[in-house]
Amino acid sequence: MSTAALLLPSANRRPNAVGIFLTEIRFEVLRSLRTRVYSLSAIGFPVMFYCLFGLLMNRDVTVGNGVLLAKYLLGGYSVFGSLGAAIFGIGVGVALDRSAGWLELKRASPMPTLAYVSSKCAMAVVFSLIIVCVLTALGIAFGHVHLTFHEFISIAGLAVAGSIPFSCLGLAMAFLIPPNAAGGVANLVYLPMSFLSGLWVPLRFLPKFLQNIAPAFPTYHLAQLMYASLGAPSWGTVLTHVIGLLSFTALMAGITYVAFRRAEQNS
Amino acid sequence: MHEILEASEVVPQPSQPAKDAVATLTNITKRYANGVVALDGLSLSLHPGEIVALLGPNGAGKSTAVKLMMGLSSPTSGTARIFGLDPRNTAARLRTGVMLQIGRAPEMLRVREHLMIFRGYYANPMPYADIIKAAGLEGIEERFFGELSGGQKQRVLFGIALAGDPDLIFLDEPTVGLDIEARRLMWAEIRALAARGKTVLLTTHYLEEADALAHRIIVINNGKVVCEGTPNEVKSRGTSGAAGSTGAVRIIRCVTTLTANHLLAIPSVSHVEVNGNFVTITSEQAEATLREMLALDQSLHSLEVQRPALEDAFLALTSNN
Repeated sequence: MSTAALLLPSANRRPNAVGIFLTEIRFEVLRSLRTRVYSLSAIGFPVMFYCLFGLLMNRDVTVGNGVLLAKYLLGGYSVFGSLGAAIFGIGVGVALDRSAGWLELKRASPMPTLAYVSSKCAMAVVFSLIIVCVLTALGIAFGHVHLTFHEFISIAGLAVAGSIPFSCLGLAMAFLIPPNAAGGVANLVYLPMSFLSGLWVPLRFLPKFLQNIAPAFPTYHLAQLMYASLGAPSWGTVLTHVIGLLSFTALMAGITYVAFRRAEQNS
Repeated sequence: MHEILEASEVVPQPSQPAKDAVATLTNITKRYANGVVALDGLSLSLHPGEIVALLGPNGAGKSTAVKLMMGLSSPTSGTARIFGLDPRNTAARLRTGVMLQIGRAPEMLRVREHLMIFRGYYANPMPYADIIKAAGLEGIEERFFGELSGGQKQRVLFGIALAGDPDLIFLDEPTVGLDIEARRLMWAEIRALAARGKTVLLTTHYLEEADALAHRIIVINNGKVVCEGTPNEVKSRGTSGAAGSTGAVRIIRCVTTLTANHLLAIPSVSHVEVNGNFVTITSEQAEATLREMLALDQSLHSLEVQRPALEDAFLALTSNN
């Protein structure tokens, strides 16, 4: 890349695209971690819920297959954390960048638009990983949770993969919702979606009709994959969950693309 | 009206051929989805080394025109070109710097980091130390953007626009929130850029700024170019009415017992405005007008005669047009 760039006349020389992506990602992650209102609540909420329902209450309760509730909820709250990081970090963050004109300034620069999008997704991935690690450490230290290395890698990998559909949801929200309503709508998506996907209360305790609509949510599919990899009882097959997640991602990416085009044409 | 004003007589030095233009908008019409026509057959061009001020009342189409040149928007019809390329082309963007009015930039990044990110977009960015000096950012490089005052934020955004050492720079209201000293500093910097052959397009609400800085002013209203020329040409153009006569227009202010109708009857008076005790008279032959006024009203006092300000011209050009 760099040798090819050197051969071109200076006026047409472009900087290393990989470098731009990496710089963008690095500073987006740094910026989010420094923004305490965001970083503390994105990490704090799942940690607080997990401590409350997994570690303080329901001690030594098992959910089936001899799996402790504290271990089972590790999966649910990791999904909850990933969703929150994406919805608030991307859904609200990009909406604010749009309304403030910052996104326009970025787009008017030679930065590839994809670098901006990847930096936001990378930020969501990093927060997901932090949340999984913190929850796992708490579970092992205070909840008698036993986790094989393979199980940990599985749930961490799922959290990373799950950040992609959630990021696409965040992007779609950022381009559909008026920026001043973004915070409110984010909560309206975040909390009901988490509840209806059985992240707080296992689905089998919910009414039948709610159980039936759960598969509409990406959080349901990701949580079932998490439960399965933790050896806990889960519903559905890996294939249906993967298909569910992929279709949701495609749908949200499509909505984002259309909304972005429409906003562009009307600017 | 449009054609008359576009004629070359308004611009005395023949404008350079279109192929030399750094940026052009040719016969642009922009209609939004809600039916609003923001630009209506607008054409303009920017040439190397010139500072052009784009003036117009709110809603005149200024920001739409600038957005088209930045490649943030596409025209309904007509063509926009930057260095002969589509403005959305990365090669065009690599030679362009942009300063927009930003409500909020990422606050938890340091000034140094913001500049580093934007410098990274270009293969040949402006040296870091040069940006700091040009934008007056010494001493605040390690501060978070969110901690800066309004004026300091504005200077950081100016620094961002310079990051790529661009040949064409768009400055949208660059000196909003700056104190007088910082404003003069930025003006000096903008002049220095033009002296190095860079082209600068600025929009501003401070007509004094356009007057002091611009080589050429383009006044737009209702999506059309109303007037185009040097600050002096625009001033005489705007205050000499439709006659298009000489540039000797003067503004006379005084306290007089003469009524507006009396004053308008005096030859060469083109406009009269009464503000309390004071009247403001626009005349193309101030000496003759004054002789007559003094003869008619012995009590006339508090007399002031001024060259027309850009503001007068601007208001005249953009009202009821």
